[in-house]
Amino acid sequence: MTITEQRAEHAPAAEALLQLDDVGKRYGNVHALRGVNINVRAGEVTCVLGDNGAGKSTLIKIVAGLHDYSDGSLKLNGIVRRFGSPRAAQAAGIATVYQDLALAPLMSVWRNFFLGNEVRRGPVLDIVKMKKVCGEELTKMGIVIPDLDRPVGSLSGGQRQCIAIARAIYFGARVIILDEPTAALGVKQSGVVLKYIVAARDAGLGVIFITHNPHHAYLVGNHFVVLKLGRVVLDAHRDELTLDRLAAEMAGGQELEELSHELQGVDASRVVEPAAQDGHPHVAAPVIDERERAELQHEE
Amino acid sequence: MTATTVTAGDDRVATRSRAALFLSRPEVGALIGAIAIAVLFLAVAPAFRSVDNVGTILYGSSTIGIMAVGVSLLMIGGEFDLSAGVGVTTSGLTAALTAWDLGLNVWTGVIIALVVSLAIGAFNGWLLHVTGLPSFLVTLGTFFVLQGVNLAVTRIVTGGVSSADMTDMAGWGSAQKVFAAQATIGAVKLNITVLFWVLLTAIGGFLLLRTTVGNWILASGGDAAAARAVGVPVTATKIGLFMGVGFCAWVTGMHMLFNFNNVQSGAGVGNEFIYIIAAVIGGCLLTGGYGSVVGASVGALIFGMTQLGITYAGWNPDWFKTFLGAMLLGATLVNMYVKKKADAR
Repeated sequence: MTITEQRAEHAPAAEALLQLDDVGKRYGNVHALRGVNINVRAGEVTCVLGDNGAGKSTLIKIVAGLHDYSDGSLKLNGIVRRFGSPRAAQAAGIATVYQDLALAPLMSVWRNFFLGNEVRRGPVLDIVKMKKVCGEELTKMGIVIPDLDRPVGSLSGGQRQCIAIARAIYFGARVIILDEPTAALGVKQSGVVLKYIVAARDAGLGVIFITHNPHHAYLVGNHFVVLKLGRVVLDAHRDELTLDRLAAEMAGGQELEELSHELQGVDASRVVEPAAQDGHPHVAAPVIDERERAELQHEE
Repeated sequence: MTATTVTAGDDRVATRSRAALFLSRPEVGALIGAIAIAVLFLAVAPAFRSVDNVGTILYGSSTIGIMAVGVSLLMIGGEFDLSAGVGVTTSGLTAALTAWDLGLNVWTGVIIALVVSLAIGAFNGWLLHVTGLPSFLVTLGTFFVLQGVNLAVTRIVTGGVSSADMTDMAGWGSAQKVFAAQATIGAVKLNITVLFWVLLTAIGGFLLLRTTVGNWILASGGDAAAARAVGVPVTATKIGLFMGVGFCAWVTGMHMLFNFNNVQSGAGVGNEFIYIIAAVIGGCLLTGGYGSVVGASVGALIFGMTQLGITYAGWNPDWFKTFLGAMLLGATLVNMYVKKKADAR
């Protein structure tokens, strides 16, 4: 199986598992998110792309139940829902794999795997069963960790990511949100994680893949949503899109042109001789006009 | 990339040897320390070898150890309680002053003290939650508040600096039998606090390693945000842990009251650090998420052995605190070294 394999049925008629209609979120007078429409279908990877501050984290927090939304509606299986807590979202079948993984680094692999969903026999933890299940589930995902008592912090980033994904799938998630799973990883490990994304899709889950890397997104995504400053600026199916277009859209499309216009005077090919006259490098402040300054502040 | 590279596992993570697994346990450093201290004093202090003194050493350890159980669990949960030392005094005073001033049965006072101790713990936890301040600051506040309350209320009620004599009041005898009983087993005279200590250590250790709540405690201290994200009730867990310290303070406070017949209103100040030292020697990380209840109890045992060992060896007891401080540093370094070695294997 290759990761670029296309799925034949992407029938748009298919019922959306998770549906965001015109969802918005205000923090005081800051609109972190406005008018966001996203449909997540089972067995599809929906990629949400955006630069820093685009509203990706806010979107995750709303779907994961950490924050409530202020406008619009969130429907799960066609029913409008508001999750009061991460636990409620989880109970509804929405699992989130956070960028920082939501794993406690000093706790063992099996304790982390079952954290919040501990298996008990009476009042006592059923450690034997938990270790067995944890080992089996990880093996299924292709991760072999011989020593499940090892603290999670001693494992590699890719392994931790996979533990978090395996955990979400095992605990009956129907929608899995992956927050920048490849951001901190090297090429090989990113490849492994992308395979797990496909594995989750093939298991019939609705996958929301949050990333700022259009190349990673295009390798596995069925549907692409690009956020910018809290708004959806692109919402397209894989068929309607090329990687170049996605990358350009991600980089800001016509904004990239603006950027190159801004940097016209920079002379990128120039190489400056080191050690100027008196040995003290002199850095002159770049000229930034009022409009640019205002934009910078706005984006912050 | 072929599928085999994924399924073959990661050969960089090898199975650790049994020895390495044992050494990676948090209480190992404390155990090694306890043996070293025992050997040292057995060698230099003849009185330390006498069986009669075992009871005395265990008694000294138990009064610290009971508190170390609550404090270590709290530390593993990622928080401190600087009010633990004066909390013991507050508990003893509450029982003594309410019973005496209102003319109640002593047992009523004991129950009121339990409620007050648990309430102080709950208040600490709640304040931590609503203010978002570090527990060091929050409990430093309650520490000073309680210290003042202890002195002032005792002065108002009894006119002095200690609770009044209540040995002739109803319920005193039975309460004393519960909280300050003594039994002689062979040549060893044991105080009931040793039983409390062992029981609480067993319960605390079991709670931490074998129950869901234990998993929550480890996660709340290790990474509170991560724990919350997977549905662990972090705030409730932490409030519960503060209340656990309150419960331990109540047990210790009741013992102090019924063993010495009264409570000095200025007592307990500084003990909070001794509890923390016991927990740290026992392998608890200051940053939370890692540690052992059994280790903390071994830390308390080290404290008890040192305290009496110095006297038995005929050394100047003024040096005790110095010795304790040096041991704290030593134990922390040993713990760090052992953990590093074990993890690297």
